[in-house]
This record gives sequence, structure tokens and C-alpha cells, in this order.
Amino acid sequence: MNTSSAIKLVAARELKVKIKDKTFLISTIFFLLFAAASTVLPAMLGGGASSVAVADSAAASTLRDKGLEVTQFADDASAEQAVRDGDVDAAVVTGGGDPKVLAMDEAPSDVVDALSAQPQVQLLNPDAVDPLLAYLVPFGFAIVFFFTSLTFGLQIAQSVVEEKQTRIVEILVASVPTRALLAGKVVAGGVLALTQIALIAAVTIAGVQFTDNGGLLSLIGPSIGWFIPFFVVGFVMLAALWAAAGALVNRLEDLQGVSMPLQMVVMIPFFLVIFLSDNKPVMTLLSYIPFSAPTAMPVRLFTGDAAGWEPVLSLGIMVVAAFALIAVGARVYEGSLLRTNGKISFGAAFRDKESRRLAEINN
Amino acid sequence: MTKVLHLEAINRSFGDRQVLRDVTFDVTAGRMTGFVGANGAGKTTSMRIILGVLAPDSGQVSWQGSPLTREDRRRFGYMPEERGLYPKMTVRDQLVYLGRLHGMTLDGVRRKVDELLEWLSLGERGNDPVENLSLGNQQRAQIAAALVHDPDVLVLDEPFSGLDPMAVDTVVSVLREHTHRGVPVLFSSHQLDVVERLCDDLVIIADGQIRAAGSRDSLREAYAQRRFSLIVAGDAGWVRDLPGVALVDLDGPRAVFDLADDADDQVVLRAALERGPVRSFGPVTPSLAEIFREVAR
Repeated sequence: MNTSSAIKLVAARELKVKIKDKTFLISTIFFLLFAAASTVLPAMLGGGASSVAVADSAAASTLRDKGLEVTQFADDASAEQAVRDGDVDAAVVTGGGDPKVLAMDEAPSDVVDALSAQPQVQLLNPDAVDPLLAYLVPFGFAIVFFFTSLTFGLQIAQSVVEEKQTRIVEILVASVPTRALLAGKVVAGGVLALTQIALIAAVTIAGVQFTDNGGLLSLIGPSIGWFIPFFVVGFVMLAALWAAAGALVNRLEDLQGVSMPLQMVVMIPFFLVIFLSDNKPVMTLLSYIPFSAPTAMPVRLFTGDAAGWEPVLSLGIMVVAAFALIAVGARVYEGSLLRTNGKISFGAAFRDKESRRLAEINN
Repeated sequence: MTKVLHLEAINRSFGDRQVLRDVTFDVTAGRMTGFVGANGAGKTTSMRIILGVLAPDSGQVSWQGSPLTREDRRRFGYMPEERGLYPKMTVRDQLVYLGRLHGMTLDGVRRKVDELLEWLSLGERGNDPVENLSLGNQQRAQIAAALVHDPDVLVLDEPFSGLDPMAVDTVVSVLREHTHRGVPVLFSSHQLDVVERLCDDLVIIADGQIRAAGSRDSLREAYAQRRFSLIVAGDAGWVRDLPGVALVDLDGPRAVFDLADDADDQVVLRAALERGPVRSFGPVTPSLAEIFREVAR
């Protein structure tokens, strides 16, 4: 059997175990609901067209043409009563003269607009982003990357600790190369994480299309499209380090401490992107630092601050960083996996000679 | 080439502490080789080196005359000292997984797993997660994990610890079945009586050095002293006065004694018959525990 079929077997087992895992199912469902809610709910709460009570039939047809929900009443008094009873949002009374809009506590802007002459409007910066979206979109990217990366990273680490804690690792290492074990775990974690964010992306896009704010999809689509490759590279870049963190300890209880630096590497960019998303120089810098690029670059693409070549360059930098970090992670993983007596320091595992001697005799 | 697993001059240190010194021995095809030694004598370290889980500082392990490769090791069955399977996976799933990792086809491994579970009386537990099994059944599952891929060589670290006598018999018959097919089996144990009953060959290790190795019978012969046991009708205390007799143990009518090289056991027997009826007289073969104490001292 060769290494690639060993990787497939290891990855298949990890997938099988995780798919049955409640944490995975719950977090996936939570994110999907979150994505659906944040795209669909605002439109639904916005509440569509107002219902209007009207007596004058000329006014009624004008309002109907503007897409309002019109109910005709015999006279102005009964139309007014319908507003008081809460049967309709507003009433338009003519009283023989100019039309007047009646409402309870809030001026119904769509009714007012329908009755007034609109001046022509020309937007000089049609791409300008709705301020609410400008806040929500960075938050969305950051939270999805943060939670998914952290959840699946920790799961890789936990799965390594489990194998060490139960000592099944000795049986595994006696039959397949250590690198195949590591690669299998990273592949499985990556596939799960990617599936999760692809689902989230699909639901978000579907939600946006459903509520259809016209240009919103063309605005957010490309950044979601870029987010996926950024996410994949960003996740794989850290995955080997998560596995290494797991290999450094022998008990699940010790994992929290040893993985703290990694958690920071995921957490700090999360807060930076959320709090500094309107600071352009900082966001530009963040969009080139491999740890924050997966969120910062899609956000800059969304706000229209990044040129077309920028994500390509940033992704290139991340790929280089990923190769380096995977090499470090793999070396620490191999250097500590079979040490089952106590905790090992990162440095000691990195310098470990045993694993290289083993690799020699196992060739 | 004969199917022999051979360890040649294996040395290994942990820091300043040398755990193995020039460890050399054979595990021969079709024989059960018992590996005996005190705690910390180097049994587990030797076994981990055989499996490639630990590297030797110097020396070599060879199989059928050539140095061990990863492919050879993949055909080995291993039961580590500290047991472990995936706690939440079912017995069947993990045996299938381990068999696949050892290169078996899915159909082949499924058939083999059914057979093994039946053999080890685990059939009804196959679909339970390992963590729900009793300790004895977990141990059986662990043995199944070492056997699932029909290994060419079996290396078992303390396979009988934690097993009740019936389970020991089950495991022994399964292992015997493998030696009959020509598989060399190396197993370590603290239970010297089990080793004594089971092993064909014996390797005794103390302080990281092999103190004795060979077939059980030849070791017994080699370490046999001229020791005899005598049971008479009355009190046997007079035996100590005979020339060349060194009394080892006396309990009323029963005496155990060593004879000097020039003394004749028949003289003692005749002397006993002259004093009255003799119920029993014969040589005492040393038990494994005695040989072990002698050798490991």
C-alpha cells in the first residue's frame, strides 16, 4: 500500500467520525441559520409595501399603480377608522381638496412617495456601500473564518491527542508513515471546513437573491468567491500546526494551554478586522499578512478598495507561508508524536532526532 | 531462508541511562517465544524497536535474513504495552480500519473480522463502541487488532495481563493456531506460570542484557541442579546426615535436597528403604521462576 491510499483511509475515518459528531452538526446548522437570517430577515422585517385605505377612486388607482396594497372604502371617515383599528397602515383622504395621508405614529414613506412628484436622482458613486452592510460584511467574513478555523483546527488537535492518549498511535505508526497520518487529518479537516463554508456561501448568496436588493449580489458575490480560496489556504496553513499542538501533549486537558498561541493567531486578526474595518491603511496591511488576509482581503474587495491583482498577490504570499508553516508543523508533529512520557516543548520536538532516525530505518 | 526474526547487538539509551546492551536473540518460525524480565529490564523497549516505533542507537533487526523494512513491518502484528483503541469507534469499525491500514481489501478484512470476533467470543460485542466493553473484552479486541491482517510475525507486549483464566485459554489457542501456520510469536509476560505453560523458547532479560535464551527444555536442563525430592512414611530429617546431601527444605516426611556431584542418588534411596516405606522419590526440575531468579540475579 502506498502513502496516498494510507492518507485516503485516514481521512475517510476522520470524516466518518466527525460527520456523526454533534459539535460539527450543530455548528453547521447554526452558521446556516445565521447566514439565512442575516440576509433574509432585514427584508422581511422591513415589511414590504404599506396597506392603504382610500375612498377616492382616482387616488386608489394611482396608489395601486405604485404597488401599494389598496383597500377601497365608502368615505374618508371609514378609511380613517380603518387606520385607527389597525386594519391598514395608512389612509389617504381627499376631503374634496388635496390628498392627505393619515397614519398612526409613523409617516409611511412609500405612500408619501407615491403621491409626490420625485425629482431625478443621479448617484455619483453608485458603488458606495450601505453603511449597515459595510459593518455586517466584515463581521460576517471574520466570524465565519474565526469560528470555522478554530473549530476544525481544534478538532485536528483533539484527534491527535486522542490517538496519543489511547496509545493507538503506536499501532498506527507501525503500519503507516507518520506523514500519512498527518496529511489524512489535515485533508479531512480541510474538506469539512470547506464544505461548511461553501454551504454558508451558498445560503448567503441564495438569501441575497431571494430578497434581491438588485446590485447587492454583484457587490458581495466576488468577495465571497475570493473568500473560499483564501479560507482554504488559510486553514491548511495552520492545520499542521494544530496537529503539532495536539502531538505535544498526552492528555486532552493539556491541549488548551499548548494551543493558546495558535488560538491567538486566529483570534487577533478577527478583532482587528472587525474593529478596524474602516481604517484603510491598516486593512491594506492586514490583507497581506497571511493570518489576517483570509478576512481582510475579501472585505477590501467588498468595499471596492482592492485592485484586481491584489488578492492574487496576497494569496501567493499565503501559499508561500503555508508551505513554511506546514513544514514546521509536520516536523514538530513527527518529533513529538511517539513521546508519550509527559509534555514536550515545541523547541524540543522541532529539534528531535529520534523521528529522523526512525524515518531512516523505515525507508 | 528460514523465517527467523533476529535481533543483533541492539543498544539503546535514554539520556544517560542505557536501557539495552547488545541485545541479541532470535524468534523462530512456528514457536512461541516467551520474553521474561523484571519491570524496566528492557522488554518493551526491545519490542518497540522491533516494530519501528523506536530507533536503536546501534544494532539491527532482521527478518528472514535481511534488514527489516517498513513493508515487512506492515505484515507484523503488534500489541503495545499500553493498550488503546479509539474509545468511541465500534470494535468492528476499528478492526476494519486497522486491517485496511495494513493493506487489506475491504471484503477481505470484513470476512477476517467476523472470523476473529467469533474466535475471541466477541461476536455480540462487535457493534459496540470500545469504551462500552468490559476490560477483559477490550483486551480481546486489542488482541484482535494485532491479528486482523494475518500477520507474518506477532509481537505481543503482556498479552495476558488483565485476562481471566478462560480468556487466557482462548487467546492461547488463537496464538497456537498462528504458530502452527509457521508464524513466529514473541510475547512478554509477568506471569511466569503462564509463560512456562506456553512458551517453546525463552528469552530472559535483566538490566538491558540478555541473560539466557534458548528452548525452554534446554534451559531447564542447563539450570537443573542435582535436586531431588523424597517422601517417606516417618520423619525424613535423617537425610541431612548422609554424605553429599545438602538439605534444601524439610517438612516432616518430605525432604528436598541437592546432591554433590560425586554422590549417588540411589544410595539415598536405599537408605530410605532401609528405614521404612518410600512414598515418592525423584529429581526436581527447576521451575521457570527458579531459573529466572537464578539468571536475573
